[in-house]
Amino acid sequence: MTSLSAAPATTRRRISTQVWRGCTYLALALLMAPAAWLLINVVAKAWPHWQWSVLWTQLTPTGGGLRDQILGTLILMLGVFIIAGTIGVFAGIHLAEFARPRRFSGRVSGPLRTASDVLSGFPSIVLGYVGYVALVVGLGWKLSLLPALIILSIMVIPYIAKNTETSLRQVPTGYREGAEALGMSAGYGLRKVVLKSALPGIVTGLLLALAIACGETAPLIYTAGFSNTLPHSLTGSQFPYLTYMVFTGFNSPEVQYHYLAYDAALILVVIVMLLLVASRIVVSRTQRHSESSRASGVGRRWRRRRPDQDEPLLGVAGAPPR
Amino acid sequence: MATVGGVAGNVPATPHSESFGKPPPWKRAANFARRNEEKGWRSVGWVAVLLPLAALIFAITVLAVKASPVIGHNGSYFLYGRTWTYGNQGYGGGPGARFGAWAIIWGTIASSVIAIVIALPLSIGAAFALTERMPTWISRPLGFTIEILAGIPSVVIGLWGILAFAPWLATNVYPHIANVMPDVPVLRYFRSPTGTGEGLLSAGIVLALMIVPIITSTTRDLFSQVPPLPKEGASALGMTDWEVANKVTLPWVRSGIIGATVLGLGRALGETIAIAMIGGAALRIPSTIYLPFTTIAATILTQLDGQLANPQGVSTLAELALVLAVISVAVNLVARWIVNRTGRVGAPLGGA
Repeated sequence: MTSLSAAPATTRRRISTQVWRGCTYLALALLMAPAAWLLINVVAKAWPHWQWSVLWTQLTPTGGGLRDQILGTLILMLGVFIIAGTIGVFAGIHLAEFARPRRFSGRVSGPLRTASDVLSGFPSIVLGYVGYVALVVGLGWKLSLLPALIILSIMVIPYIAKNTETSLRQVPTGYREGAEALGMSAGYGLRKVVLKSALPGIVTGLLLALAIACGETAPLIYTAGFSNTLPHSLTGSQFPYLTYMVFTGFNSPEVQYHYLAYDAALILVVIVMLLLVASRIVVSRTQRHSESSRASGVGRRWRRRRPDQDEPLLGVAGAPPR
Repeated sequence: MATVGGVAGNVPATPHSESFGKPPPWKRAANFARRNEEKGWRSVGWVAVLLPLAALIFAITVLAVKASPVIGHNGSYFLYGRTWTYGNQGYGGGPGARFGAWAIIWGTIASSVIAIVIALPLSIGAAFALTERMPTWISRPLGFTIEILAGIPSVVIGLWGILAFAPWLATNVYPHIANVMPDVPVLRYFRSPTGTGEGLLSAGIVLALMIVPIITSTTRDLFSQVPPLPKEGASALGMTDWEVANKVTLPWVRSGIIGATVLGLGRALGETIAIAMIGGAALRIPSTIYLPFTTIAATILTQLDGQLANPQGVSTLAELALVLAVISVAVNLVARWIVNRTGRVGAPLGGA
């Protein structure tokens, strides 16, 4: 009587569950293994030949260091931060606050947002080519810093705008209503209340955009060129940066350049890691900020946030139970 | 008399002086600025938001203008032809130049498709493992590692790919695949020769590694947005983990995953440096999946340098860039359309 016909099916189902779980773990492992190998490989190849003097000596045809390349990458990041940061943040504010898509019945959100999204998926080499044809040759700027900055900025503006827009939309509706109820003008409330509470998200977007900017090679080769030393002008002379060193150094006839390629790769990875860790720290500060907002009664948007972002409730007096 | 209080306040107490009762000019200026601040934000934002559109139109226009002299000359052979030569005088260009870009376009599409085929199941599986099966203290650092992978410069991935990963694949993986593959139509493509590691499959795998973070992080976010009740209900009905995933969770987030996948496809289509390093830069359709090939982006990168003095070459590369731009814009618009079709990310597709 116990031999119900379901028994073999149960075994099959138990096995299928185990197989499925095994597959998900396998997928995770297949993803993690190359990532770990990549990071370890870069460190392991760079470390045996690492000399700290790489950081402060100039590149020469037979070796030397990467001082000017590091400075060049930092200058590119700073320039992108200024140009793309300003434009991207303003664009994001506009998209989130003023460009509510009423005309399009909420479905399609207007050609401007579409253009921004399409640009964020635009191939970087094509932008580099356009920069070469229009700025380097067309305007006669030659391979130099300015065209590279403009092209890199165009590349990352959509990322910054998107991030700014998203973090502005996550500001609880109650904040805006509160600002209005206190008699703040719309612009003042935007600056003092809404932007202030969205600031961590905006900064995260900026840091990620900087990570993209420092790792780009393709759009720079035909806009910045490459040189061993830093030039003194915005246009007219070629500009050094780290990624080119990685791209060409590894198969250069000069053995010293092989080491320098790995050194440059290691420095790039360290810069990216620092930016990501910084953005993580900023995000964790957002969490703290958001928790206090949760206690004070919040809008619909807040509830749709990711659960892993609003888990800890420690230290918030009177937080409502979930 | 029901006088409103505010009106009485506007009557000056001593009408002898014009400016009495009015704030000083700097305060008036500040008030003016405060009242009109929103207009300022609005107009500056308007200019800023127009820039991406302007840049996009500018880029397409520049490409079209630059390519216009050769589009007629190359004709439709450009899209299906298989001979790519700059002419008798070698790289300087000259008579006999013939530009059939089919092998290049084929390489672009093939490598991206391989990348998606590898990346999509890995991403979904990994996202399931991270959200459903693991406690936060494990899944958070693992998720951060995936984020780091997303941030690693593609040139560094290319360096690792060409010096460590591709040779390893060529000696330890490809021969085993090639040995077991039978000599039937599609699988024949996986037989030897397996090459040195520089080639289509290596590039596809490395591309997959580069787009996996995009798809995984989106999928993870989507999975954690699925409400627990339907999943618990399904489990209570006796569904296995696989059935819950396949019948409840995945349909719930399908449109979002499709959108993320197509965005990853866009990234794969436009990736340049890693392909230029790992692809082998051969201007032909490889005879097996392991052999060197090239993509549009890699071709532009490696060949523009030699053609700078040759107007015909520069223009033809502009046409190539235009093809890539059109493909990637189309892919992006399709992604947006798919995501918008259901209104918002996270809603079940087709009411499933």
